[in-house]
Amino acid sequence: MNSKTQANLAAGGASLHALPRAEAHGRAMETVVRNPGMALDAGWLEAMRHVNRSALERRVQTLAKRRSIKNDNQAAWLLRSIALMDLTTLNSNDTPERVRRLCAKARNPLSAELREGLDLGDTVIRPAAVCVYHPFVATAVEALEGTGIHVAAVSTAFPHGLAPLRTRLEEIRMSVADGAGEIDVVIPRGLVLGQHWQELYDEVVQMREACGEAHLKVILGTGDLSTLRNVTLASMVAMMAGADFIKTSTGKESVNATLPVGLAMVRAIRAYRERTGYLIGFKPAGGISTAKSSLDWLVLMKEELGRRWLEPDLFRFGASSLLTDIERQLEHHISGRYSASYRHAMA
Amino acid sequence: MNILERYTAMEYGPAPESRSEADRWIAGRDFSQALFIDGKWKKSSSGKSFKVVEPSSGKTLAEVAEATAADVDAAVAAATRAAVKWKNAGGYERARVLYAIGRGMQRNARLFAVLESIDNGKPIRESRDIDVPLAVRHFIHHAGWAQRLDNQFPGYEAAGVVGQIIPWNFPLLMLAWKIAPALAAGCTVVLKPAEFTPLTSILFAEICERAGVPKGVVNIVQGGPEAGTAIVEHPDIAKIAFTGSSEVGKIIRRATAGTGKKLSLELGGKSAFMVFEDADLDSAVEGLVDGIWFNQGQVCCAGSRLLVQEGVADAFVEKVKTRMARLRIGDPLDKNTDIGPLVAPSQLERVTGLVAEGEKQGATCWQPECALPAQGYFYRPTLALGVAPANILAQEEVFGPVLATMTFRTTDEAVELANNTRYGLAASVWSESLNLALDVAPQLKAGVVWINGTNMFDAACGFGGYRESGFGREGGHEGMFEYLVASGKSRKKAPALPGPKPAETAALVEGPIDRTPKLFIGGKQVRPDGNYSSIVLDAKGRPAGEAGLGNRKDIRDAVAAARKCTAWPLATAYNRSQVLYFLAENLSVRADEFANRLSTLTGATAKAAAAEVERSIEWLFACGGMADKVEGRVHNPPARAVTLALNEPVGVMGIMAPTAEPLFGLVAPLGAALAMGNTVVAVPSETWPLLATDLYQVLETSDVPAGAVNIVTGRAAELSKVLAQHDDVDGLWCLADAETCRTAELESAGNLKRVWTSGGYAADWGKGDATLDALLRRAVEVKNVWVPYGD
Repeated sequence: MNSKTQANLAAGGASLHALPRAEAHGRAMETVVRNPGMALDAGWLEAMRHVNRSALERRVQTLAKRRSIKNDNQAAWLLRSIALMDLTTLNSNDTPERVRRLCAKARNPLSAELREGLDLGDTVIRPAAVCVYHPFVATAVEALEGTGIHVAAVSTAFPHGLAPLRTRLEEIRMSVADGAGEIDVVIPRGLVLGQHWQELYDEVVQMREACGEAHLKVILGTGDLSTLRNVTLASMVAMMAGADFIKTSTGKESVNATLPVGLAMVRAIRAYRERTGYLIGFKPAGGISTAKSSLDWLVLMKEELGRRWLEPDLFRFGASSLLTDIERQLEHHISGRYSASYRHAMA
Repeated sequence: MNILERYTAMEYGPAPESRSEADRWIAGRDFSQALFIDGKWKKSSSGKSFKVVEPSSGKTLAEVAEATAADVDAAVAAATRAAVKWKNAGGYERARVLYAIGRGMQRNARLFAVLESIDNGKPIRESRDIDVPLAVRHFIHHAGWAQRLDNQFPGYEAAGVVGQIIPWNFPLLMLAWKIAPALAAGCTVVLKPAEFTPLTSILFAEICERAGVPKGVVNIVQGGPEAGTAIVEHPDIAKIAFTGSSEVGKIIRRATAGTGKKLSLELGGKSAFMVFEDADLDSAVEGLVDGIWFNQGQVCCAGSRLLVQEGVADAFVEKVKTRMARLRIGDPLDKNTDIGPLVAPSQLERVTGLVAEGEKQGATCWQPECALPAQGYFYRPTLALGVAPANILAQEEVFGPVLATMTFRTTDEAVELANNTRYGLAASVWSESLNLALDVAPQLKAGVVWINGTNMFDAACGFGGYRESGFGREGGHEGMFEYLVASGKSRKKAPALPGPKPAETAALVEGPIDRTPKLFIGGKQVRPDGNYSSIVLDAKGRPAGEAGLGNRKDIRDAVAAARKCTAWPLATAYNRSQVLYFLAENLSVRADEFANRLSTLTGATAKAAAAEVERSIEWLFACGGMADKVEGRVHNPPARAVTLALNEPVGVMGIMAPTAEPLFGLVAPLGAALAMGNTVVAVPSETWPLLATDLYQVLETSDVPAGAVNIVTGRAAELSKVLAQHDDVDGLWCLADAETCRTAELESAGNLKRVWTSGGYAADWGKGDATLDALLRRAVEVKNVWVPYGD
């Protein structure tokens, strides 16, 4: 990495431009220095094999019941969920117009009544990024001009990753060229199931190279990985290869982001941090559609990794319909009346 | 703070559970009439009351009527009146009542939970998500046992009126563990909750009223030591069930000695939490949170001793500290509270004192820097490092949020450390290798072992301790036996058998060559330590031999030999089976000789003597046949886990054989104890010990490993007392006169060994509680091993 890049990275999370970040209790938060990756460490992988599914399940079952967020705090946490969102459209019938609509919603996620009712003043709370397929990157970049909202592109033969490596890497370079600041890549799940760690590592290293300064989010496709042990090992390999974020799912597997999977991944992030000092981001995606479930994820992050992981440079939701439910809950918070979806502008 | 400030802070903030319904309930009660006796709400006969204080605020919640001995008397009388009708009400009727209680509790679940948290100080999450649902589960589970009692427990019937005394740490849950099986079995109940925490038991009594529990079937008396003593000593109570401290448990053991009361004790613990190097360390940390910081550590089975393998110890301790720093201490009614106050100032004092003493003895104690509420009996979670096994924090039950940490190098050392305690309630084993975990679990002296988990409970799974953690099981099939007695128990007083009067002749009538019957210890024939003998007379009063007079040192040696013998308990059941068959085979070869000896000594007819020998052979044959058949069960808790109820040998067992039937009376208990893998120190018939000294020759030829059977002849009353007082004896069966039996029970309190006596009655072999099956069941401890699974 050249020194200019390093200086850029030291200045903020994302390489293209920094995302807004809170200062807790007046203290500046720890800066995210971009993970340079490391050599594949087979011994460390071996030591990370000990993942007990039933214990993880018990932990997440009680986690949401050990913490409860009420009233103004709940409203604040839901606003946080919005700021941590990669507002997403990944459908085979997407069109530029559909993407522009989504971007418009991202620019202006909350109605004036909600902003007023929550007393937000001039503070603008928006999703961290909009996430689209490659053909719509340019459209989104244009539509989000000047907002600070990142454009994330799913890449590398999303959602299965089963195209030649050469074309997958080229896809990344093209999305970056079109202006994507974040690249969500998928891994070929077979490499995990076959325990081909070196091959997986090499691919991700090349993807990271192809990203250049764009941030690399590595989607594990956890629903296909069968065991939490595989999830943990794939997480470790992705981080060793230089992932900025690790992400659960494409949203296209039959099982998407589940809390046990999330717990396995955030524990891997913690282990990586303890050993290397680098902070890696986490993105659960797929199936997170209710305000309540978004709070469960925030609690998971705060409890397992701490407050620092409630900032968009270290945590994102991949979500498409979550925003509407949050709007409904926020309206309820203000009015005391239960809201209806149609009262809120669709994406 | 406005919303934007909260958006920045991202704190949880308070999430208080409403207490208004609970306060309304409290305000609407007349606690001066809080004794639920015979279906009515009664005042204390003395007019006395006691204060109930809220641990989080120190405020008085209620002044509750305090039961006197007279009130207990009235409750027992009501329970006695209700007993026959309830027992004969039929399984379906009792099942419907249990079901109605369970559903009634479920309908009022939140009121129970909030009241419990107010009264005890436990976090609302725990009372709401654990205590109350589990209490409900116990009633609904036991409805099934109630309905099918006759089919599932043939030959057994309700014990009668039971007295139950429960602690303050799980007021409602312990009530459920006690009352549900008792009612299912057809018993009627007098229960005394702890003085600190009476509220949910009062609400429970209201549920009973609405659920149609017949009058007198459930009686709940509030009170303290006076009421407790009155229950323990009440002559009309057939069974005492107690949960509480080992100290009080021992007092109750002594108080009930010789009374014929059934007894189950669920006492203290110092449970090991074992982390092996191949454990999922992050999950083990969470297990620890559930193990020692659950209910402020005020849990009898709290994982209070952390044993961690050296290679991962530093990393693990760091993880524990990080996790501890995230624990939230505060208002028990806040849904975000992990740790509430201790129950009372006395507990706070005790915990503070023990930690100070532990530090003085070399432990380093660490606490997270979390804020404590200004009032209430709060104590920070505490990690004690560098705790030597001799440290008070490793030995004493703290009953608070204090974790004592030790390291180990090997699996053997881990097991040794885990078992280095007088207690034996529970243990957690953390390893991703099931080979390792399932190897360790049977080696632990603990009634419950959780593999990769901790503090898992269910109504279908037995709970209870080894050693001084008490005896008896609560929950499941094994727990039902605590409230049942064998039908048709013998009521024949043990015949006084003074033995024959000496005749004039003094010459020994044995064969041509003089024989010296010896003691049999550690597989060797040995002379008695004291080198005294006593003359054994035959039926005509002639000396038939001189048997050694064993003394306390012989018992000591015999117990040591029995303890040392690992070949027998570790032998496969098939192996034990074959040895017992072989024993029967070899006894059969010498049947005539034994029959002659019997008829010579006891004066039995040749036919009767031959029959006793034949019965002995047949019994041994049956023991051989059953050695590999008294298997455990697999319980089905509502979780992705199997719970293996393993039948393990009790350990070293003392057997005081009856005077009568000097061969069969020895062989019957001996065979049953051996079949289940126990090693035995047997004291044969004092009057006719020569059958036993003949028998060791048969043992010697039958591949019985050295030390598996030890025979000490001598004076029964004296030797029985030595056995009862021996702290390395795990179980004692005493078939003797009433006084010897009473002494055996009394003196067993030292280590709370499992005692079964004939109570001064004759053993009615093959009937009641003296069937082979009953003996075999008594010759095992049930260990519940929880094995959650999933990959």
